Parts: sequence; structure tokens; C-alpha cells
Amino acid sequence: MSHSRTLKIGSIAAKGYLGLIYTLLYLPIIVLVVMSFNKSKIGYNWGGFSLKWYESLFNNQAMLDAFWHSIVLGLVAATVSTLIGTLTALALHRYNFRGKGLLNGLLFVLMMSPEIVLAISLLALFLLIGLQLGFVSLLLAHITFCLPFVVITVFARLSSLDERLMEAARDLGANESTMVRTVLIPVILPAVMAGWLLAFTLSLDDVVVSTFVTGPSYEILPLRIYSMVRVGLKPEVNAIGTLLLVASLVLVVISQLLLRKR
Amino acid sequence: MTDPSPNTHKTSASPQDDKTLLQLNGIKKTYDQTEVLKDINLDIKHGEFLTLLGPSGCGKTTLLRLIAGFEQPNAGTIYLDGVQMAGLSADKRPVNTVFQQYALFPHMSVAQNVAYGLKLKKIPKDEIQTRVSEMLAMVQLEHLANRKPQDLSGGQQQRVAIARAVINRPKLLLLDEPLSALDHKLRLQMQSELKRLQRELGITFVFVTHDQEEALSMSDRIAVMKDGTFQQIGTPIEIYETPANLFTAKFIGETNLFRAEVKGVYPDLPDRDGKVTNGRIEVEVCEAQAQEGPTTLRNLRRPNFANDVQVGDIVNLLLRPEDLRIYDPKDNEHSGLLGRVIESNYKGSTLDSIIELTNGHIIKASEFFDEDDPSFDYKLNEGVKVSWVDGWEWVLPEDTNDTNNALAQKDGS
Amino acid sequence: MARNHLGSKSPFRTATLWLIWGWLLIFALLPNILVIAVSFLTRDSSAFISLPVSIDSYVRMVDPLYFEVFVHSLWMAGITTVICLLLGYPFAWLVSKVKVRWQPLLMLLLILPFWTNSLVRTYALKLLFANNGLINKSLLAIGAIDAPIDILYTQGAVIAGLTYLLFPFMVLPLYAVFTDLRNDMLLASQDLGASKTQTFWHVVLPLTTPGIISGVLLVLLPAMGMFYVADILGGSRNLLVGNIIKNQFLDARDWPFGAAASVLLTVAMAVLLLAYRASSRRIGKTDFNEVA
Repeated sequence: MSHSRTLKIGSIAAKGYLGLIYTLLYLPIIVLVVMSFNKSKIGYNWGGFSLKWYESLFNNQAMLDAFWHSIVLGLVAATVSTLIGTLTALALHRYNFRGKGLLNGLLFVLMMSPEIVLAISLLALFLLIGLQLGFVSLLLAHITFCLPFVVITVFARLSSLDERLMEAARDLGANESTMVRTVLIPVILPAVMAGWLLAFTLSLDDVVVSTFVTGPSYEILPLRIYSMVRVGLKPEVNAIGTLLLVASLVLVVISQLLLRKR
Repeated sequence: MTDPSPNTHKTSASPQDDKTLLQLNGIKKTYDQTEVLKDINLDIKHGEFLTLLGPSGCGKTTLLRLIAGFEQPNAGTIYLDGVQMAGLSADKRPVNTVFQQYALFPHMSVAQNVAYGLKLKKIPKDEIQTRVSEMLAMVQLEHLANRKPQDLSGGQQQRVAIARAVINRPKLLLLDEPLSALDHKLRLQMQSELKRLQRELGITFVFVTHDQEEALSMSDRIAVMKDGTFQQIGTPIEIYETPANLFTAKFIGETNLFRAEVKGVYPDLPDRDGKVTNGRIEVEVCEAQAQEGPTTLRNLRRPNFANDVQVGDIVNLLLRPEDLRIYDPKDNEHSGLLGRVIESNYKGSTLDSIIELTNGHIIKASEFFDEDDPSFDYKLNEGVKVSWVDGWEWVLPEDTNDTNNALAQKDGS
Repeated sequence: MARNHLGSKSPFRTATLWLIWGWLLIFALLPNILVIAVSFLTRDSSAFISLPVSIDSYVRMVDPLYFEVFVHSLWMAGITTVICLLLGYPFAWLVSKVKVRWQPLLMLLLILPFWTNSLVRTYALKLLFANNGLINKSLLAIGAIDAPIDILYTQGAVIAGLTYLLFPFMVLPLYAVFTDLRNDMLLASQDLGASKTQTFWHVVLPLTTPGIISGVLLVLLPAMGMFYVADILGGSRNLLVGNIIKNQFLDARDWPFGAAASVLLTVAMAVLLLAYRASSRRIGKTDFNEVA
């Protein structure tokens, strides 16, 4: 049962199985993208290549508004959660303080909880404090669920850091905040940016939590799409879907490249 | 010498012994177009402790895996107690392995680990219990029977690994560098432990290591490997005192090599004790040629090379550090090579010195302390004369393939 | 590893800790406590909740109407988990055995779809499953069926949707345990006389169990909550617990009931976490339960 043996014998079966799974994973996406260029509205007869669904997207004001709202929300939520998350990762890595276990536990619970549990707990909180549901509630919620993911990303980078860089800075006279600002942050910056991208993507993508804490004044894209797809098939959704796909892809690739940078 | 044939002494690979347990014939193994094992022939005797010794990449671990059954050879046969091993996978062979990192199952206790092999053979529970207790007692771990392997120290884990293998009463036990993860002192301790265990159990051990000291101290026989072939197979003394070629000489122990030119060959002359063995030769040490003053020829036993030695050939005289004698340069009773001491280290029982000869050749000497002269030491750059007792050298051919031969470069040839 | 540096009470550190604790206590701890509290209160038509304290909402969950939905939801989520496990276990094992330099790429390819909008992907499935969708069209074309089969609005569609979205979450922890699995353990097992099946049962399975439990944790519970999948692919007949909670909170305004359902999900999560801890301890790994 040596390593090379296993792969030689079952190699074709193995490759076939992997290939099958990957195909199944990507098939719906490919169909979606292809269909977004299909002239005919419904059905699978290829009516010819057309960009009309993309056009109608751009003429759909409600859609554009929702898109813009999502972007703004994502930008702010990502930035704030990256800030808090990075500080959290720093604190966990560098400081000893009471209740570290509890902190870890809370982050863990945030990350592991099914989104719906998170959603209603936040809704309960907001209503309890009388917060009007809208941009602010969405923002607070998004920041909260993005937090653990930023922490993980940054913490992982911190763990693989060479401590001596920091010690050298202290040795040369920098106090804590100066050292963090001038040495630590620049070194871990790629990971921080990757965390930001991650948070941005998660925010852009969110359906469950947003459903609960959203208000009529601030419609975001996923919820707009949701209301469109509940009833029947709408070709515009293919178009927006493809666009979102491409955007996510780009963001993920950039994020990966950032994480590879040392 | 331009002759490209193997520069070794003639040796025999297999003892003419009918108590052979394992026979390897013509074993070849190739990975990705590289021949990892070229032509392996070996007979391992019942009850012996055989070590496969060599640098990393020489193929010793691969050979072990072939014997264990984790891989099959591309050519050649393996016979264990007369039974062909070719089609048998590892689980069917009466061979067990102790892995380098022990590979103890973390989800089982020590006792469960040790019992694993027996459980698979469906041996009745009470018998398993008895045998496990006995085994743990033998390796002095009874008090840790219910602990998990992760809670044990390196040395203890190692003993569990051995117990787990040996309890199955294998015909052959393979050990893949099992001591390499231990610290020095523990290593020495475990070496004698393993030796004792092997004698008590009477199982044949095949031990793999790259540490020549380990090999020398534990083995009945050593098989020195390089690039997929055996360089020499013999007892520790044979390997150390009479290495078959330059590689083996350099791999085991410290070496000093002196090039010498053959001035005369006398196949029929007797040795010092009056008996004629292989005859004598007369050589002149090349270094001595470069020094001033008269040089004496040395009279040595004629070596048994694959190609008979001739007048004008260059040979290498091998001397271990403890074989050298250091004299005062003004000492007229003894002739020798002149040089100066560039380093001197107190080693407790010996004084080890590094000496640079006049032509730049660096040699190492190791001298035992003389009870009469407790303050014996060398000053830095002190001038000395180096020699040795006739007959203590071992003759090796000039190895034109040996690029590590610094002498060749120094002499400009 | 962490230590108090020279400026151990530096203002920076103090401010940082206040910020972190503040945020997490208010937005992570407090909300969960609220939900638990709400689940024990009574419904009120104007203020959502009011006293008296009661366990009414929990009792109502065994009401046949709701209970059936819960069971059906658990069933669908359970099947999803099983399929993910059956497909994901060999998948993770295979990826862990290919040449090391290909592994990150393969894992990236696996995760990539996850980064795209899950609504959009669910919608893509709708395209495939519709009566005039790709699957039906292809089957008709090759003559395997005479008339389009109903895939949409069946529990099968919901299960397929959940599996499609959650598959990577089963693979990730399994991949992690498989890469941790040392090859020499497998060799040692074989060396001691175990056949491939025995090695799997006695060595591989116990050592990968934490990964399995992790995977179940990451699939089963979210699956029960992903109401949009049920909405888009399942119609009104195939509801998930998430749909119930959503209805109760947003439409029926029966908060205690919705909260109780949520609490139960949380309890289930806690149980699985404990199981994960236990199985990790058993194989000697103790660095779990920490984000950092």
C-alpha cells in the first residue's frame, strides 16, 4: 500500500471520480453563464448570442440601486470588520489577558453558528434596543459575521511570523503602538488585505442574515435577486449572476495571490 | 592507474553457511528512471544483527521496504526461509518493521498498540493479554500500558514500537533508523538495549542507519551501501580495519590517507613472522619524497587487489588517527613526515590533534594519555614528526574516480 | 507564544481590548442570551414578547403540524449530510494523495464556487431542474424518458441544492485530517498483518473521525437553516427549519416559537461540538475549539 502504488493502480478511477465531481460542481455555473448570453427568453433553444439581458440590467434602476447599496455596505462592513478583526488577531497573538478562552469561544461560536441562529439573535438585539432596521442594522450585522473570518486569516499570518522582527523594533526603542504601526502591520498587510477581500465577498453574498435585519429603506442586491427568483425564471438573473460570478472570481484570485506573498 | 575496474579488494558477499534466513538475489529497483538499487545480493543468517549502513540516498531504506513487502523489486528474488516472497504483500510476510518515527497509533493505548498484530490474527483474548504483559515487562513499560503514545517520551515510544513489532514473533525484524530521533545519551542507552533484546529474543535484526558509530557498536555484520550497491559486507572489525575501498574507508571512522609509490613487488617474500602469505611490496610515501633528507622505504604486505599491483603504481596507505605516532622533529631515532600542530583537543581519554604537514596535507591524530606524562599537550604551531608502526597501515588502491581525494589535487597529479 | 510586552498596560493595548470585548459582548454574547430568554417568554401581538415565562414554545414544537416539518427538515438535511459524506470522503482522500504541489490548486477549484453568490448558484440549479430545463431536455433527447419529470419542487431538488452548496464544507475538514494522516501508520498497520479493509476500519476511520464530525457540523446545521434553497427549489411543501424560523419571526411574529427553534439548533450544534472534542481527544489532538 505504498504511496506510488495507490495512485498508479486506481489512477484512472481516481482522476475520473475527481473529474466527475468537479464537473458537477461547475456545470450549473457554466449553464448560467452561457444562458446569460442566450437571446431567447425561456427554454434552451439557443436563440443566438445576445447581450440584451445585460442591457436590461443596466436599465433596471431598482437593480442598479440595490447593486450600489450592496457595494457601499460591503465596503464599509469589510473595512470596519477588518479593522476590528486585525486588532483582535493581534491581541490574541501577542497579549495575555483574562478571558482569552471566552474570547476564542465567542469567535468560534460566531463562526460555527448556522447563519439563521445568528440572524435572529441580531434581530432580537436590534429590536430590543429600538434600532430602526436599515443600513445601520445591516452594517452592524455584516461586521459581526465577517469578524471571525478576518481574525482567522490574519492570525494565521501572525503565527508564521518571525518574532525577531518585532523584538528588533522594541530593542531599537519603539513602544508598543509604534512598533505595531511601523513594523508589524506592514509585514502582515497582505494577509490583512486578503481578510478584507474575504469580508467583502461574504458581505456581498449574504442572504440569510440580511433577510432578517434588512429594512425597506435599504435594499441590497442579494435580496433583490431573491425576490426575483422566487417566482419563475428571469433571464436578467442569469446576467447579474454571471457578473457577480466574475467579480467574486477576480476577488478570490487576488486574495489568493496576496496570501501567497511573503 | 587508468584501469576502470572496481578498485576493491576481493571480498565475498555471502558466508558459506547453511543457516541462511534471507536470500536476496539480483535485486534491482527503479523509480522514475533512476536505478535506486542496482544489483543487490545478500544472505542474512539466522539470529544475526545485520546493519545496512550508508549515506542518505544510497538505497538502504528502499531495500528495507522491499524486504518488508511495501514495494516489489523490478528484478531479482527474495527468499525467506526458502519461501518466495515475490507475490506476498507486507501483511502476509512473517516480517515486522520498526519505523523511524515509530508510527504508533494515537487513538490506541500502549497495550492496544502492542496487541494490534495479535488481534488481527484472531488470537484469543486471554492469550493476548498474557503476551502483551510479558512483552511490556520485557521492555520495562508495564506501568504505562494504558497511556496514549503521545504522552510518552521518545525513548519510551521507541520501546513500544519495538514491542508492537516483536510480539508477533516475526522471523525477521526490520528497523528503519529507529534511534535517529533520540538525543545522544539516550541513543547510546538504546543501542545496548536493542542489542540485549536481540540476543534475548534470538530474532534476526536488519538495522538501517547512516551513523557509522552505531553500526560498529551494534552489528554482527555490516553491509556498507553507496548508490544502490554494496561496497563491502563484513564484520565491524573487517570494515574498520580492512575496508575494501576508499569510500568505505572514509565512511567509517576517521581516515588519514598517504599516497605512496610502489618501488618493488616481491610476491614470495615472507612476513615478519616468517610465513609467506601474499608477499611484500616496498613503497615510498609521496610526502616523504617532498621532504628533505633521506627517505626510507616502507616494507608492507602485498595487497590483494583485483588488478595485481605493479612497480610504479600509486597506492593509498590508510591510517586511523590512533595508529599514528607523533615524535619530536629533533628525534633522530624515528623517521617521519614533518608538520606542525594547528589544533589540539582534549577529549578526556585521548588528545586529538590536527596536524598540517609541510606540503599542506591535513591529518588527524589521536593519542592516549601516557600515565607518566600527565601534562602532555601540544602548543599551537608546534613542530612535530608524524609516523606509524610498520604493519599498522592498510593498503588501498588509488581511486581515480574518487573526487574527494584532496591529496591528488595537492600533488598536482 | 503570547506574552505581555514591555508596554504591558500600554494605552494601545487597553483600547484594543476594550474595543474587541465591547463588540463581541454586545453583538455575539448578548444576542444569544436574548434569544434564549425570548424562547421562554410568551407571544404578544403588539410588543412581540411579554411575560409570563413559560415553556409553551418548546411544547408547541411537538405539535403535529410543526413536528412533521421539523422531522422532514431533519430528514432532508440528514440525507444531504450523508450524500456529502459519501461523496466527500473519497474526494478528500484522493486530493490528499495527489502530488503535493497540485493540492492547493485542487482545493482552490473546490472552494471557488463557494465564493460566488449562493443565491445565484441555487438559481442556476433551478435552470437545470425545470421541466424545460437542461436535465429534462437532455434525457428527452436521448430517449431515456418520454415526458419531462418533475424535479423542481420535490424534496430531491432541495437535497440536491443543499448538497451542491454545502459540499465544500464537508470536504475541507476531511481534507485536513487526511493530510494529517501519516502514511507510515498505514504501512505499520499493514506490516502488522492488516488487510486494506482492516487498516481502514482500525486505523483510517478512527483517525479521520474528527474530520467527519466537523464536516457533519458544517453541513447538517446550516442545511437546516438555508431557507432560500427550500424557497427556490422546494416550493411550499418542502420546508426547512429555517423557513419555520423565518416565518415565525418575520411573518407570524411569534418570536418565542422562532427563538425556541433556534435554541434547539444551537443545542444540536453544542452536542456535535462536544462529540468533536471527544473524538479529537481520543486521537490525541488537543488544539481544537480555538479560532486562534
